[in-house]
Amino acid sequence: MNEIFKEYEDKLTPKILEEVKENLPPKASKSVVKKILEAVYAEYLESRADPGESVGLVASESIGEQGTQMTLNTFHLAGVAEMNVTVGLPRIIEILDARKTIATPMMEVYLKSPFNKGKDIRKIAMQVKDTKLADVTDEFSINIRDMLVDVILDPKKIDDLGFTVAKVQKLIEKSLKDMNVKAKGNVVTIKLSGKDVGINDVYKLKEKIKNAHVAGVKGVTQVLPVRRKDEFVIITAGSNLKDVFGLEFVDITRTTSNDVLAVATFLGIEAARETIIREVLKVIESQGLNIDKRHIILVADLMCASGNVQGITRYGIIRDKASVLARASFETPIKHLITAALAGEEDLLTSVVENVMLNQAIPIGTGLPGLLSKPKKAK
Amino acid sequence: MAEVFINNKFMGEVEDPKQFIARIVEERRKGNLHFTVNVTYEKDLDSIYVEANKGRINRPLIVVKDGKSMFTDKHAEQLTKGEINWDDLVKQGVIEYLDAMEEENTLVSFFEEDLTPDHTHLEVHPTSIIGVATALVPFSNFSPGPRVLIGGKNQKQGLGLYAANFSVRMDMDVNLLHTPQKPMVSTLMYELSGYDKHPQGQNIVVAVMSFKGYNMEDASVINKGSIDCGLGRSTYFRPCISEELRYAGGLTDEICIPDKDIKGFRSEHDYRYLEDDGIIYPEAAVSEGDVVIGKTSPPRFLSSMDEYNLAIDKRRESGVALQHGEIGTVDFVLVTENGEGNKLIQVRLREQRIPEIGDKFTSRHGQKGVIGLIVPHSDMPFTSSGIVPDLIFSPHGIPSRMTISHLIEIVGAKVGALGGHYVDGTTFVSDKEDDLRAELLTLGFREDGMEAMYDGETGEQILAKIFVGNMYYLKLRHMVANKIHSRARGPVQLLTRQPTEGRAKEGGLRLGEMEKDTFVAHGASLLLKERFDADRTVVPVCEECGMIAIYNVYKNKAYCSICGENVEINAIELSYAFKLMLEEFKSLGIYPKLTLEDKY
Repeated sequence: MNEIFKEYEDKLTPKILEEVKENLPPKASKSVVKKILEAVYAEYLESRADPGESVGLVASESIGEQGTQMTLNTFHLAGVAEMNVTVGLPRIIEILDARKTIATPMMEVYLKSPFNKGKDIRKIAMQVKDTKLADVTDEFSINIRDMLVDVILDPKKIDDLGFTVAKVQKLIEKSLKDMNVKAKGNVVTIKLSGKDVGINDVYKLKEKIKNAHVAGVKGVTQVLPVRRKDEFVIITAGSNLKDVFGLEFVDITRTTSNDVLAVATFLGIEAARETIIREVLKVIESQGLNIDKRHIILVADLMCASGNVQGITRYGIIRDKASVLARASFETPIKHLITAALAGEEDLLTSVVENVMLNQAIPIGTGLPGLLSKPKKAK
Repeated sequence: MAEVFINNKFMGEVEDPKQFIARIVEERRKGNLHFTVNVTYEKDLDSIYVEANKGRINRPLIVVKDGKSMFTDKHAEQLTKGEINWDDLVKQGVIEYLDAMEEENTLVSFFEEDLTPDHTHLEVHPTSIIGVATALVPFSNFSPGPRVLIGGKNQKQGLGLYAANFSVRMDMDVNLLHTPQKPMVSTLMYELSGYDKHPQGQNIVVAVMSFKGYNMEDASVINKGSIDCGLGRSTYFRPCISEELRYAGGLTDEICIPDKDIKGFRSEHDYRYLEDDGIIYPEAAVSEGDVVIGKTSPPRFLSSMDEYNLAIDKRRESGVALQHGEIGTVDFVLVTENGEGNKLIQVRLREQRIPEIGDKFTSRHGQKGVIGLIVPHSDMPFTSSGIVPDLIFSPHGIPSRMTISHLIEIVGAKVGALGGHYVDGTTFVSDKEDDLRAELLTLGFREDGMEAMYDGETGEQILAKIFVGNMYYLKLRHMVANKIHSRARGPVQLLTRQPTEGRAKEGGLRLGEMEKDTFVAHGASLLLKERFDADRTVVPVCEECGMIAIYNVYKNKAYCSICGENVEINAIELSYAFKLMLEEFKSLGIYPKLTLEDKY
C-alpha cells in the first residue's frame, strides 16, 4: 500500500495524501487505491492556477467587490451595551493595514486545569480584569475650601481584591507625582500642592485619578467567562498578551488575541498569519459574504512573507516591491523615486504596473509567453 | 450635589438641581436673562449645563404651564389686530427658544388638545418641526422621512418662473417653464412662501401602470399629445459675455469684425451674423462655431524673438463663439460698460426645450424619473370617461420606497380637479384621506381612485382597474440636451497627448485604474496595450547614455544631444505620458537611464 503512496509523494502535497489515507474505504484493494489517487491527482492538477494567471488581482477584486457590499450593510444596534466589537470594513482595513493599535483589541484566555472547570471562574476572571480606582470607590468628592479631593473607598470591594486602604493609598501616591496623599479610615485625601491651584485643577485631578490602575492586567477593560465545550474560557476586551502570559493559571499554548501584531511578537509569525486569516474570515462570515478562503490566504502570506507582519501600505509590503515604478505608482511617488534614485536602483520592468505605464505588453496571460528560437549560427 | 458648568467650564455645585434650573428658566421668561440662554440637567452625570455660547441653533416653542398653553385667544386677537408682534410674545414669556440640549428636558406637545399636566411646551404649528423645502411636500407625514427630504430637494431643481423680470436679466444658465400652474394640492408653506407668484410645475393626469416596459426602472411614459399642448415646455437661457480690456502700453481689445490677416482668424462663414459693430443681431439662429461677439486683442508677449518675426504686430482673434454642440437663438443684446469703465457686451442666447426621451421629471415625493418613451395621443390608454393620462408612472416605484403621500396626492388632486377646489396637504393637519375618498364617491367615481381603462392601440379593456388621478409634476433642470456626449476620435491634450476630458471639450471616456485591472485579471495583455495606444509614440533612444535622442527628418539622421552622432541610436515605442514622465524625472534631478534590450 505504502508503495503506491510513495509514488505520489512528489505529485501531491503531504496534507492531501494524509487526507486520502484517512478516508480510504476499508479493505480497499491496491487497484482501487491507485484509481482513487489518480482521480485525486487529476482534480489537484485541475484546481491549480494556470501559469500567467493574475492571482493577486483576482484576489483583490474578489475581496474588493464584496467589500463594497460590506460598507452598505454595516449598521449598529442602538442602545445595546454589550461588548462592542469592530466589524465590517473598518476591521478589515485595520487588519490589512497591520495597525499597531486596533480599535477593539480582544483576547481569548484559556485556562490550565483545574482552573478551567468553572469553580470560582468569576474570581479568576476578576484577576485578569484591570481594576481602576473608580471601581473600588464609593464617591469622589471635591472640597472646594481646602482644594482637596476625598476618595471615599468601598471597604467591601477593597476586601474582595484582598487589598487594604493603606495599599490603595500607596498606589495612588505612586500614580501621582508630588502630591500629598493621606489615608484616614476609608477615605484617601489628596491635596494639591503648589500655588495658584484653581478649582478646575482640582476637577481635572479628580477625573484623572478615577482611571488610576489598582489591580489586574493593564488594558483589560472587560472580562466575560464563557463555556466552551467542557471548559471555561475568559473573553476579554482589551489585549495584553505579555501580562496575561505571566499569570500562573493561564494556558499559554492556546490563549490568543485578535491583535495581529501582538500575536506576531509573542507567538511568532506563523501564528500571526493564522490570526490574519481567522480574523478576516470572521468578518466576512459575520457579514454573510462568500469569499474563497484562498484569496485571504494569499493576502496573509504576502503580509507575513518577510518574517514580520507588514500591512498593505506604502510602509509595508509596497516598500518591498522590486520595481521602482510600481512603488511610485502607489502613494507618495516623489518620495519613492528619490530614495530609489539615491540608491541607483534599476527597474527591470518585470511586473504589471510598470509595463502599463510604458504601454508595453504586460507579462500576464496572453502577454506572458515569449517565442524561443535558436538563431542560425553565422558562418 | 449636582455639578454646574457654565459654557462647559466647571463652576461649582448646587444642592437642588431642579430648583436651580427652575430659577434660571423663570428669570429667562421674565426677561432678566437673555432669551438665548439655555440650561439642561443631565441626570446620569448629575450635572447642570448652562449655555450662552454662540453656534447653538435655537427653536421657538409655546410655553405650557399646568397643562395649559400660555398662548391664549387674547394673544391671537391682539396679533391679528397688530397690537403685538412676535417679539412681544417672547418678552412676555409666552414663547421661548430652546437649544438641542434643553429640549432633552422637555415634553413637547404637537397639538393643543393633547396637552396634559406633564407637558412643558407646545409646538407653534406642527409644520414647524420640518424645514421650508420639506414642508413643500404634501401629505408628507404618510411617507418615510428620507423620501420626504428627497422630495424637498428635488423641488429645488424644478423649472418654473424663477423671476418675473427674467426678460431683462442676464442670468447664467437658467431655465423658464412656459406654462407653470399653481398646484391643486398644496401645503401651508405654499401660502407662506408666496408660491403662486413663482410656480414650478404643472397639474397633469397620471396613471399608475406599466406600459410595454418603457417605464421600468424609474422611467415614465409621456403622452405626445400633452407635449404638443405645451406640457413641460421650457426655455433655456445662456449668456455670452465679452469686454474690451485695456492693457499696459495703451493697447486695448477691439470689438469688431476681425480682419482676415488676424492671428487665429476663423472663417468668413463663422462671422456672417456680425453687424458692423462686431456684435450679432437679435433673433439670429446660431449654431456650433458661429461667432456671437467679434473681438481682437493685442499680441500677447513682445519677446526678443519677435523682433525677427514678421507678424510682430499681429492682433489675435479673441471673440466669443458657440462651442461644440451648442445651438440657440440670440434673444437679447446688451451693450454697456463695467465697473472699470470698459466696454462690456452681453448677448443672451435662448433655446426652446421640448420634452424628449431622457428629460427628467418628478412628483413632489422623491419619485423622480426620466422619460422612457413618448407615445402618440391615439395610442395612450384611456378611461371609460375618455380621459387620457399625460404620464404613465410605474407601480414598481411604490413598494420599496413606500411613498404613500404620492398615492394620496393622486386621489387628492383628482378630487380637487373634479370638485373644483384646492386641497390642503399640509403635513399632520391635511385634509383627511377618508373625506377625500368620500367626496370622490359622490363625484361618481370609485372611492379608491381606480378606473377601468382601455388599451389605446387595440381598444380592448385592460383587465386590471388602473389607479389614475391628477398630480402636480415638475420638470427638472437635467435635460439630455445638456448632457448627451459621444466620441470616437477627437481632441487630445497638448501636454500628455491623451484624450481631453469632459463633454465640453469633446473628451473621451476614461478607462480607469479599476477598469484596467479587469483586463489584467483576464490576462488580456495585448488587448490592454491596444486600448492604451491613444498616446503611443516612437522615440529614438541613445544606447550610450540611455536618454531620448533627436531625429532629424531632413537629414534622415539621428543624434544624441549628449553623446553626439557616433553612437547607436534605436527607436522604441512607448506611451507619450511615459516619455513626459522621464522628462519630469530629469527636472527632479533624477537621471532616468533607459537600457534597451532586444524584444524577442
